[in-house]
Amino acid sequence: MLNRRMIEVTVGFLMLLGIVSFVVLAFQVSGLRTVYSSEKGYQVTAYFDNIGGLKTKARVTVAGVSVGKVMSIQLDPKTYQAKVVLFLDSDLVVPDDSAASILTAGLLGDNYISLEPGAEETSLKNGDIIQETHSAMILERLIGQFLFNKDK
Amino acid sequence: MNAIQSLGRATLNWLETFGYSTLFLFASMFGRPRFKNVWTLLSTQFYSVGVLSLVIILCSGFFVGMVLGLQGYTTLTKFGASQAIGQLVALSLVRELGPVVGALLFAGRAGSALTAEIALMKTTEQLDSLRMLGVDPLRRVIAPRLWAGFIILPILVLIFNAVAIFGGYLVAVEWLNVDAGAFWGNMQASVDFSDDIVNGIIKSIVFGLLVTWIAVFQGYTAVPTAEGIGFATTRTVVYSSLVILGADFVLTAVMFGGV
Repeated sequence: MLNRRMIEVTVGFLMLLGIVSFVVLAFQVSGLRTVYSSEKGYQVTAYFDNIGGLKTKARVTVAGVSVGKVMSIQLDPKTYQAKVVLFLDSDLVVPDDSAASILTAGLLGDNYISLEPGAEETSLKNGDIIQETHSAMILERLIGQFLFNKDK
Repeated sequence: MNAIQSLGRATLNWLETFGYSTLFLFASMFGRPRFKNVWTLLSTQFYSVGVLSLVIILCSGFFVGMVLGLQGYTTLTKFGASQAIGQLVALSLVRELGPVVGALLFAGRAGSALTAEIALMKTTEQLDSLRMLGVDPLRRVIAPRLWAGFIILPILVLIFNAVAIFGGYLVAVEWLNVDAGAFWGNMQASVDFSDDIVNGIIKSIVFGLLVTWIAVFQGYTAVPTAEGIGFATTRTVVYSSLVILGADFVLTAVMFGGV
C-alpha cells in the first residue's frame, strides 16, 4: 500500500493534467471564439436571391478575416428570397452601404459570407438591412451559361 | 408454449436484474456517506482507477493520434486536401474516438480490476464482515468506486484527446510537413467548443457512469467462487464494451444526427 502523501500527489497530478488538457482543447483546438463572441455583437439582415450551400454558423469575413457568423437562414414568403441574419462582432464598424456576397472557400470548401466595406459615413447598426448582396455562385448554372454562350 | 414461457422468464429475469441494479446504483450513489474519511476513500479510488490507468491512456492516445494523422494524410493528399488534416484529426478524436476508445480502455483496465476486487471481497466474505460490523458495504465499498470512475473517466478522456491531437500534430506537421498554421487554423475553424468539445465530455460522463456501474454491479453480484470472479470480470468487459458502443450510437444520433 502506498502512503497517503504519494496517493494524493499522484491524484493531484492527474487532475492537473486533466485541467491542462481541457484548457488545451478549449483554446488551442476549438479556438473558443464562438462562446464569447456570441455575448456581444449586433445583428444585421441580408436578403439573397440564392444562398447556395450556406449554412448557419458559417463565417462572415471582411478581407478574409472572420468578424462574425451566420445566425439564421429563412425563406421570405413574399419575395421568395433567403433572409440571412448575420451576427457581427461589436467592435466591427462597417459603412452601411457595404455589400455582402456569398463565396466558397476553395473549390470544394464551405460557403461563407464576405462583406465589402462601402464608402458611406454612417455605419451599420443592430437590425439594419444590407442593401447590396451578391448571391452564391452555382457551379451548374455557370456551366450552363458557358455552354449557352458558346453556341452563339 | 414452452418457448413462450422461457421467453417470458428471460424477460422477467432481465427486468429483475435491471431493476435491482438501478436500485443498487441509486442506493450507493446517493446514500449519504457517514464516514469522516470520505475524501480518503475517494482519493484512494482516484488513485487506483485513475492514476493507474493513465499510462495506457497516454500511450494509446498518442498512437491513435499518430495513426489518424498518417491515415488521414495519405487519404487526403489524394484529393489535394492535406491541409484539412487538422480538422479531421481533431473532430474525429473529440467527437468519437476519444470518448469511445478511452471508455473501452477504461473498461478493460479499471472496470475489470473493480469487478475482480469487489468479487474477491465478496468471495472472502469481507462484505459480509462489514455488514456484521454495521457498516453498509454499498456506502463504504461501492460508492467511492462508483463516484471515482464517474469523475475520472471524463478527465482521462480529456487527457487522451489532448495527447492524441499532439500525436497527430507530430506526424502531420513535424514528419509529413503539413503547414502548422493550416493545421491549427483549420482545426480551430471547424471545432466548436459547445458542439464538439462539450458533447464529447458529456459522452465520456455517460460512459464513465455506465462502465463503473456495470463493473461494481458485476462484482457485487458475482457468484462467490474462483470461477465466479472470472465470469464476472469477463462479463464486465464484454457488457461494458457493448453498452459503450450502443450508447455511443444513440448519443451521436441525438447530438450530431439532426445537423
